[in-house]
Amino acid sequence: MSTENKNWEYADAVEGTGHIKLKEKYGLYINGEWVAPRSKTYFSSTNPHDEAHLAEVAQANKQDVDAAVIAAERAYHDVWSKITPAERGKYIFRIARLMQEQAKELAVIESLDSGKPIREARDIDIPLACNHLFYYAGWADKLDYAFPNQKKEPLGVAGQIIPWNFPLLMAAWKIAPALATGNTVVLKPAETTSLTALKLAEIIDEAGLPPGVVNIVTGFGDTGAAIVAHPKVSKVAFTGSTAVGKLIQKTIAGTDKKATLELGGKSANIIFDDAPLDQAVEGIINGIFFNQGHVCCAGSRLFVQENIADKVIRKLKHRMQSLQIGNPLDKNTDIGAINSSEQLKTINKYIDIGRKEGSECFQVDCALPNKGYYCKPTLFINVAQSSVLAQEEIFGPVLTIQTFRTIDEVIQKANNSPYGLAAGVWTDKGSKIFNLTSKLKAGVVWANTYNKFDPASPFGGYKESGFGREGGLHGLGAYLK
Amino acid sequence: MSRLEVLKTYKIFIGGKFPRTESGRYYKAVNSKGVPVANICLSSRKDVRNAVQIARKAQGPWQERSAFNRGQILYRIAEILEGRSSQFVEELMLQDYSKINATKEVEAAIDRIVYYAGWCDKFNQVSSSVNPVSSSHFNFSTNEPVGLVGLLLPESSSLLTLVSYLMPIIAGGNSCVLIASERFPLTAITFAEVLNTSDVPGGVVNILTGAVAELWSPLSTHMDVNALSVDLKSPYLKDIQLAAVENLKRVMCMHSADEQGLVNITDFQELKTTWHPIENIGGASNSY
Amino acid sequence: MLKAYNINDLPSSPSVDKVGVEERVARFQSRSIKNQAKMQGLKMVLSMIDLTTLEGKDTPGKVRQMCFKAAHLHDAYPNLPSVAAVCVYPSMVNLAKSIVGVHGINVASVSTAFPSGQAPLEVKLADTKFAVENGADEIDMVISRGKFLGGEYAFVFDEIAAIKEVCGRSRLKVILETGELTTLDNVRKASDIAIYAGADFIKTSTGKIQPAATMQVTYTMLQAIRDYYDETGKMVGMKPAGGISNAKLALHNLVMVKEVLGQEWLNNEWFRFGASSLANDVLMQILKTDSGVYQSSNYFTLD
Repeated sequence: MSTENKNWEYADAVEGTGHIKLKEKYGLYINGEWVAPRSKTYFSSTNPHDEAHLAEVAQANKQDVDAAVIAAERAYHDVWSKITPAERGKYIFRIARLMQEQAKELAVIESLDSGKPIREARDIDIPLACNHLFYYAGWADKLDYAFPNQKKEPLGVAGQIIPWNFPLLMAAWKIAPALATGNTVVLKPAETTSLTALKLAEIIDEAGLPPGVVNIVTGFGDTGAAIVAHPKVSKVAFTGSTAVGKLIQKTIAGTDKKATLELGGKSANIIFDDAPLDQAVEGIINGIFFNQGHVCCAGSRLFVQENIADKVIRKLKHRMQSLQIGNPLDKNTDIGAINSSEQLKTINKYIDIGRKEGSECFQVDCALPNKGYYCKPTLFINVAQSSVLAQEEIFGPVLTIQTFRTIDEVIQKANNSPYGLAAGVWTDKGSKIFNLTSKLKAGVVWANTYNKFDPASPFGGYKESGFGREGGLHGLGAYLK
Repeated sequence: MSRLEVLKTYKIFIGGKFPRTESGRYYKAVNSKGVPVANICLSSRKDVRNAVQIARKAQGPWQERSAFNRGQILYRIAEILEGRSSQFVEELMLQDYSKINATKEVEAAIDRIVYYAGWCDKFNQVSSSVNPVSSSHFNFSTNEPVGLVGLLLPESSSLLTLVSYLMPIIAGGNSCVLIASERFPLTAITFAEVLNTSDVPGGVVNILTGAVAELWSPLSTHMDVNALSVDLKSPYLKDIQLAAVENLKRVMCMHSADEQGLVNITDFQELKTTWHPIENIGGASNSY
Repeated sequence: MLKAYNINDLPSSPSVDKVGVEERVARFQSRSIKNQAKMQGLKMVLSMIDLTTLEGKDTPGKVRQMCFKAAHLHDAYPNLPSVAAVCVYPSMVNLAKSIVGVHGINVASVSTAFPSGQAPLEVKLADTKFAVENGADEIDMVISRGKFLGGEYAFVFDEIAAIKEVCGRSRLKVILETGELTTLDNVRKASDIAIYAGADFIKTSTGKIQPAATMQVTYTMLQAIRDYYDETGKMVGMKPAGGISNAKLALHNLVMVKEVLGQEWLNNEWFRFGASSLANDVLMQILKTDSGVYQSSNYFTLD
């Protein structure tokens, strides 16, 4: 009676790359033109899946940054501060629309360049990036409603430095509010993921944005440092590590520069025994394995109430077995490649520490691709609060699990961290949710959900996770004085 | 027979008590003619440590008070100050104010306290938001106090400055460790007496006197201080900003005591965004 | 036969967050099933179908034709499996058995005053006994939804256990009629009751009430099966019924079974589709996948 079936596995479903257009070599986008870097130096952007070369990217030096800032300053004074807010908004709408039209191409390039699964690039990164521009476009001529009685004004040139985990999305998070509030922009993408920012420059060009309003300079940390230090930059917006965030703060101390910093995190995801357990398990999975765990607000510290810990861990392990790990361009891939060999080394270093510390380690039993930078989804069970694993940001698919007995205990432990970016709470009881959401020291609290983002929703941290908010009405404030 | 006047001993204010500085040191505050007006505690870094420790303990309960209750307490400060206004006028005159200016100053200070008393249960309504996200979630952002704020008053400090800088901090549920003006410390300490009789819980405001050159450092490097309020013209501004980097304290600058407004409160607020799923969004009813 | 459990053994059912379930289901739906995976999946779907006719106007003629189709899905295309079972009313069991029995196709009979279940227990027992005695290999009973919604869980539990006893060697599928239970929390609770009361399969719907077998509901029931398996090591089958009318939706259901329960459930001993029109769409997809040519329903028999 039973039918004979060999195991049913998903066949390859690799997204095609035939339709994408990448130049062999990218210059810098300064003052509405593609220019060769004065440094005369280029570096290679590679695919973390197979280490293949994708394109040559210009490495901007101090003089290049200076040219970009001067272009931005001139554009601010001569053009951008003179056109009406409504017209400003229309430019941003236009960019949003052009991005939507090219969404598929952007998604494929993002996946190639960053290693993230095409499913996430296609369904999350790119749509959110487009929506972010669309959202802020509408604010341009309504700022008086956002800040009544406050007579706000733009700051001038915004220097923006973004990370490699959500390359295009972070570019949109930075550029959209800056332009809507009337600032001009010099943006530097991360060196491992420059390509979608450069595609965005092409779109901005196509949109006919006045020259110099947005300038995109590629390069490494020194390029970013030159932007931060430039005297004509009046606003620094940075997303990245807490260590670099602190360097930026030191650089701009004593100046008039304003800053927003979106830094690291070690966010707690808290599961109570009355939680919707299967959805909580999904929340744990999304919390830590979304984008290979390269998420500043990743729910990297799991707190499970002791009486359900065995059950939750069992469910979690079972759920992890159905995660598909491999070629990011495969539409079924859940976990793609680690962004760079350096990051893979960092993650593996922490995994080694964890093993040496002696917490129980669980990894999915699966084959990894032979080439490229891959890491198995990893759990560390029965981790102590004082373990390095539970203290430091790993920025990879590594979850620490701690148990707790009482509400007060878990609040204390969750808040016992220099970071304060995000937190998750899972319980069916409304009053408990509000007790926790009000006591957790974190800028974003997800109750019965995790890792949700929206242009209308302010994002940003407490404590050493940085300051300032991006997204929503409050995201405008960071670009006004 | 003329009566011998009883002179006041000016002490510091920590945790709702008036101790002397643990260092036992003092300095003489003088008026513009160089005439000594009082002996003032020359607080030490250990006083800063003690004050921060107590302010940390006081912050949580202060934040958890209802906003309405905080408003009532701030209003009570204004009431008590009004009742003791003549004492402040006299003290200001000791510090070279004319009677007219001193009176004006005290009146303005009282009105400013009333202004911020009124904000306590309103600012969050104005600055929070319900955010229309595109998924099936209810999403809202509200303010929460940044926590413990260190306040370095400008040297030009008078009563009005103190009140203008301090009130928005505590109106928002923060606790505060305040370094009084080195040159004009009298009203700061007398104001502590007002706070102490106004139902302000002990430790919410702590007032130290002494040498700013000595005290800015322990305060702005302290890892348990969340934010600093510093005068924009402070000679220590850059040093303070550098010192604040270690735990990413928010350093906020006020331009002058003439400012009053919402932003002075929200400068010392974090913004917390909360998400929760909503069933059946988009008009779907009984269908799964 | 002794009852394995009584109502007091029932663990408290975990709550279910509907929005979270919808998100999870969307993930299953984003799986891309291509090439050999698609072909293998489609054939698996065919083999899992309970070809169904449950109408007041059913006649021996109608049942005879459907039974023939069950064994001859599309003879023009070789090596196709037959369906798992035909599903009929008790009065048609004898006839159906006489046609499909030789092909190794099971006969399933609805019972217990299907579809409403509004009859006394004696009637339900007699209904079931009749079907079993007429040769039904499988019994598809309905639970008393009125009693369930009234909070009389013990009544519902005991009724299922009583039916299970008269089933003998016939396998019992318990229909929850999820469209009347209104919340996923209720679906989960009813699943747990049915499983602990002795169900061999749990089944979403009668096909008479909308919504029927949505993926959200099926997912919730699969989780109940998973938890029971984790607790006891015993497998329970799953049958979504009603509303699964195309191949894509059926494949997404298989994805869900694979990821929630695992490979062991991916056969017709543990998973069934209750459907009347699904088979032809799957056949069209099989031929399309094989030939690359889009198909027309004119070339696939309606029975």
